[in-house]
Amino acid sequence: MNDRAKDELKPVTNESGIEVKPLYTAADVEASGGLTMLGQPGEYPFTRGIHRLMYRKQPWTMRQYAGFGNPADTNKRFKYLIANGQTGLNVAFDLPTQIGLDSDDPLAEGEIGRVGMSVDTLRDFEVAFDGIDLNKITVSLTINGAAAILIAMYLAMAEKRGYDVKQLRGTAQNDILKEFIGRGTWIFPVEPSIRLVGDTIEYCAEHAPKYSPVSVCGYHIRESGANPAQEMAYAFCIAKAYADDVIKRGLHVDEFAGRLSYNFNIFGNLFEQVAKFRAGRGLWAKIMKEQYGAEKPGSMWLRMIAAGGGGGLTFEQPEVNIVRGAYYALISALSGTQTMALCSYDEAYTIPTEYSARISLRTMQLLIEEMGLTETVDPLGGSFYVETLTNQMRQKMEEIMAEVDAQGGIVKLVSEGAIQSKVSAQAYKMQRDIESGKFRKVGVNCYRNEKEEEHPVEFHPYNEEDTRVQIAGLNKIRAERDPAKVSQALGRLSADASAGRNVMPALVEAVKAYATVGEMTQEMVKIFGRYQEPIRF
Amino acid sequence: MTAAQKSVSTTRRIKVLLAKPGLDGHDQGAKVVVRALMDAGMEVIYTGLRQTPEAVARMALDEDVDVIALSSLAGSHVPFCTKLKPLLEANHLQDKLWVIGGNLPAQDHDVLRQLGFTGIFPTGSKLDAIVDYIREHVK
Repeated sequence: MNDRAKDELKPVTNESGIEVKPLYTAADVEASGGLTMLGQPGEYPFTRGIHRLMYRKQPWTMRQYAGFGNPADTNKRFKYLIANGQTGLNVAFDLPTQIGLDSDDPLAEGEIGRVGMSVDTLRDFEVAFDGIDLNKITVSLTINGAAAILIAMYLAMAEKRGYDVKQLRGTAQNDILKEFIGRGTWIFPVEPSIRLVGDTIEYCAEHAPKYSPVSVCGYHIRESGANPAQEMAYAFCIAKAYADDVIKRGLHVDEFAGRLSYNFNIFGNLFEQVAKFRAGRGLWAKIMKEQYGAEKPGSMWLRMIAAGGGGGLTFEQPEVNIVRGAYYALISALSGTQTMALCSYDEAYTIPTEYSARISLRTMQLLIEEMGLTETVDPLGGSFYVETLTNQMRQKMEEIMAEVDAQGGIVKLVSEGAIQSKVSAQAYKMQRDIESGKFRKVGVNCYRNEKEEEHPVEFHPYNEEDTRVQIAGLNKIRAERDPAKVSQALGRLSADASAGRNVMPALVEAVKAYATVGEMTQEMVKIFGRYQEPIRF
Repeated sequence: MTAAQKSVSTTRRIKVLLAKPGLDGHDQGAKVVVRALMDAGMEVIYTGLRQTPEAVARMALDEDVDVIALSSLAGSHVPFCTKLKPLLEANHLQDKLWVIGGNLPAQDHDVLRQLGFTGIFPTGSKLDAIVDYIREHVK
């Protein structure tokens, strides 16, 4: 290309702030650092994939986010998804459950079963997972503030059904630091919240070594306004904060790091996203090996769900979201993820219907069955562009992580509201750029329909009757359970929380005695207090 | 008179209470709107998450705001506004401007209007539309 043609081109910068050239050659790869971090799939630093054969051996797990109403309603949806070929479950809980309120708490009024299923006691888990083989279908619990309680509940439910908890697989989201940045289902202040995450990691390392107690989420930080490089860099800072807490307790990194997992977002520029995941894999492996002294390869793996894309979907022309979702799934497959999930096309409006959830599932299946995405590992590896961008994204992430450290660390920055303020300022700028047309969104600021359809999606009905049924069930449990066992377990929980002991054994005991989510939360609030949100703009 | 002139003619800055009602944790949109209103020269009190109807009414009264704005994305806007309306009225705040934004299905708009929320800004609304509406309708 001659200089004149080059001059005529408008400069392009991706969301992470990296300039994108019209053409890449081997010289660009070399200038960005070469292929020193590339390696082979299944080998350190795992840039090309954490397993040698990746999808050739086993395709990604498909795990649509689902849950609403009572546990019985959710059980029905789970079975529908499994019957349609879904290979994992990802449980959505209603807001009262997520913030530790019982269904009859006055603050829960109008929220029962609305955005997820309601859970008060172990009985609800027994109903929700009835008839589902927990060895065949792994379950991911999207729970954070109340995660320690619901992990205890899941392990107790599995044990009660005769599963060997030592062999039990599954994941809990349990990433509280990102809840302070976005999503907002916090309960306790920052320090005890991190301690609770540490408790779950420590407990699972010993009692449920195949269970993944934490899935660190860049996803929601991205949704809150972070760019892709920040998304991954902040998630790594957060994961390190949890790892540090556990190491302080005397565990070696190899005793728990193999069960840490991640949740990342997939909307945006395809190449930037793929480079983000490849860069992140190499960087995380390097951090674990060089900074933490990990020796087991599993401790260095960036195991992840690359999912959702909600922030990229539009309210306008919702059916076009089916196509966006297909591209997001493609990004996810090209990224070498372990698990995939898609926000459904109607999700900007409502809880997905069976129909829209099935379209999402079919989208992922199509990539496996028809498009050849499972046949070859890291198919974009070796592209001059992708390798250059991978190096540049990794360097960006390292810069962001160094900046966080220089400013006092992620825990301090989140406690003060500094990260929240930074990402919300970026979200504001992005919204202005979308409204001005600078950042193009099809159907939003270009190619708009003259008239939007009046009823473009089918709304998921909210059933007021669910609340009555849920509260009746809760009262029945309260009447039937052994009150002495409940108060003994809650007393132990209080004592352990207060003495700084790991609360998980007490939570497991309390859950088995059918203590309620609200009762267990209250005991801990008495000791830990409640989080006060820093308001900072 | 244009909206801009009207706001200049008032003696003080427009003061807005922007609240996150109920248990919903989606605050990205609310925070974006806070910044847009501040950029437009308004004084904004952002409540943070998990406000009860009682807390919203009390803050609106204590802070003597001109506008009571809610941001709701998790579907509980109708029950919340139903509880909030009598509390605002009891505090003699019915002459203030009540607006709401977020994930608000079209079939709920009439109900919200009947509850006194005259400014309704569902997902996809432009920031300038919110700013202009407040400037034009603030009493």
